[in-house]
Amino acid sequence: MNKTGYFGNWGGSFIPEVLHQTFEDLKEEYQKAKADPAFWQEYLSLMSTYSCRPTPLTHAENLSRHFGGAQIYIKREDLNHTGAHKANNVIGQGLLVKRMGKKRVIAETGAGQHGMATATMAARFGFSCTIYMGEVDVQRQRPNVFWMEKMGATVVPVKDGSRTLKDAINEAFRDWVTNIDDTHYVFGTACGPAPFPEMVAWFQSIIGLEAIKQILAQHGRLPSRIYACVGGGSNAMGIFGRFFQEKGVELVGVEAAGRGISSGMHATRLSGTDASPGVAQGYKTMFLQNEDGQMKETHSVAAGLDYVGVSPILADHWENGRVRFESATDDEVMEALDLTMKMEGIIPALESSHAFVQAFKEAPQLSPSEAIIINMSGRGDKDIFTIAHAFKDPSWKEFIIKRGLEYSKETLSVVI
Amino acid sequence: MNLEQQLKERLKDKEILLMTHIVLGYPSFTVNRQVIRQMIENGVDCIEMQLPFSEPMADGPVILKANQDSLAGGTRIADCLAFGAEMAAAHDIPFLFMTYYNIIFKYGEEPFFARAKEAGIKGFIVPDLPPEQGETFFRLAEEFQIAPILIFAPTSTDERMRELDRVGRGFIYCVARRGVTGKKSEFGADFSDYLRRCRAATAKPLAVGFGIQNRDDVQALIGKADMAVIGSQTIRLVDAQGPEAVGPFIAGLR
Repeated sequence: MNKTGYFGNWGGSFIPEVLHQTFEDLKEEYQKAKADPAFWQEYLSLMSTYSCRPTPLTHAENLSRHFGGAQIYIKREDLNHTGAHKANNVIGQGLLVKRMGKKRVIAETGAGQHGMATATMAARFGFSCTIYMGEVDVQRQRPNVFWMEKMGATVVPVKDGSRTLKDAINEAFRDWVTNIDDTHYVFGTACGPAPFPEMVAWFQSIIGLEAIKQILAQHGRLPSRIYACVGGGSNAMGIFGRFFQEKGVELVGVEAAGRGISSGMHATRLSGTDASPGVAQGYKTMFLQNEDGQMKETHSVAAGLDYVGVSPILADHWENGRVRFESATDDEVMEALDLTMKMEGIIPALESSHAFVQAFKEAPQLSPSEAIIINMSGRGDKDIFTIAHAFKDPSWKEFIIKRGLEYSKETLSVVI
Repeated sequence: MNLEQQLKERLKDKEILLMTHIVLGYPSFTVNRQVIRQMIENGVDCIEMQLPFSEPMADGPVILKANQDSLAGGTRIADCLAFGAEMAAAHDIPFLFMTYYNIIFKYGEEPFFARAKEAGIKGFIVPDLPPEQGETFFRLAEEFQIAPILIFAPTSTDERMRELDRVGRGFIYCVARRGVTGKKSEFGADFSDYLRRCRAATAKPLAVGFGIQNRDDVQALIGKADMAVIGSQTIRLVDAQGPEAVGPFIAGLR
């Protein structure tokens, strides 16, 4: 990162003046923490006692055999506390908030995993907490909303714009400019104004640092390829981080092709041709926007990938060719998820399942002596409503109908 | 005359200037035209025309909704530029463009400056473009002689204010408080201290915006600032009472 927070042509810090001083303070605090080995030690110790680090690297023997190619390894970020890689970033920023002496945290959330993790961290550290979530996402990720509220957070449904992740980010910024003195905005992904992309990538780098040791121990040498889904890009930055310097390891980012790139209903910024350079939400990257620079609606079955922008660090690695970008459709995702559950007894989140799709496409082309790693960014349990709906599961439907009837009777009797 | 000179000229016979704000295409260009005429007939000194953006991060609910409705109604940037040219040709006060950086970036910075110059636009307000991110923008502003108006906030240090004053032109836009546009501001002792800091940092005219809603607010600024900015309040007024309500409202502010 250079002085003004750019990665090649991307990044920067396009913020209103009222935030200038807060960002100066944040940059300074981040640099101090980074230079202090005790900070990282405290982080590691918390992550191993409060969360479940190191997370395992699972050799998916059945899937490997099924595809008859590379040995498939799965990095199990689903086994982190709160069920996704999001905890890595949130706990790190929580420690920074403690150092800065602020008492309130806010966050945006798409799939709800980042909101969940932030609410958890706030409960643990004693911060008050407000989560902004697009109204559409509140609907499709209801269980996470329930848990956030139970942990004491206020969840604000955002009704502006496309009512998804980008709108939640705008609303969180509006809160922040109003309450800067006591509030820290726990940005959830490796996007946004500097220092967020670099800082979030730093906290997430713990994934790759563990994975390289684990793959060497289990497989004896480096993997040929690593797959990660890319929404904002933080889980991809996390697992890729340590491997950027290993030139023999091919890094593959998988975006959401939604209902197919040609349908226009997708969220492919780097693997398709619909995105163009732009500046929004405080940073410069490839955005899905029209010729006037207005952001477009995006679509993915996975709320966490349903976003108009992408990490400026990944945009740089796209441009310099270090990371290859592919995409997976909603339908392909459901198939990969089904297969993984049946063959390995593992339930990847819809987001993570995008990475599985591409790995499954490519595994047969590699030899059984090679290894690939799929970063399983989170668990799919949270998606039970979406997944059950997509599978048109009859017994689940019946259960929901019955429960609905019970609740409506209760409500009726209260009214009477 | 450049923007700063124009404003200083107007300050010779007024205690305080008025700047108003409209969102282009909201509720329509036809209504924009009526509202602007009423503003000018009632003595407004400067008008900022906001080119709508889908992600107006520094704006509160009123202007945010106006941006979204304008875009939903099909407003294009080319229409906004043409409208700006029409207004600047028709009326003898300085017109400014306010927008977010992506609109200008996507249009192409140089073509945007060229088009605005041709249209007779005097200045730009771009709240998400701090000087350190806008090397090309600020160079072009000098080249085309369009004033890049910079913003002071209560959180800006004295040193930062002086830095912004070096790069900014036309006038300094002081946001009255933390937060986004449209909410009421309190003009207490802290606010007076803040304005004193602003005044010490710049010789340019000081405009104060964010939450100015009535005559009392405007009167309170006399002697402390040079221009009051009315933003969300006229949008609320047009929404509730139609464009004809704007004239009497503006006339009653001073």
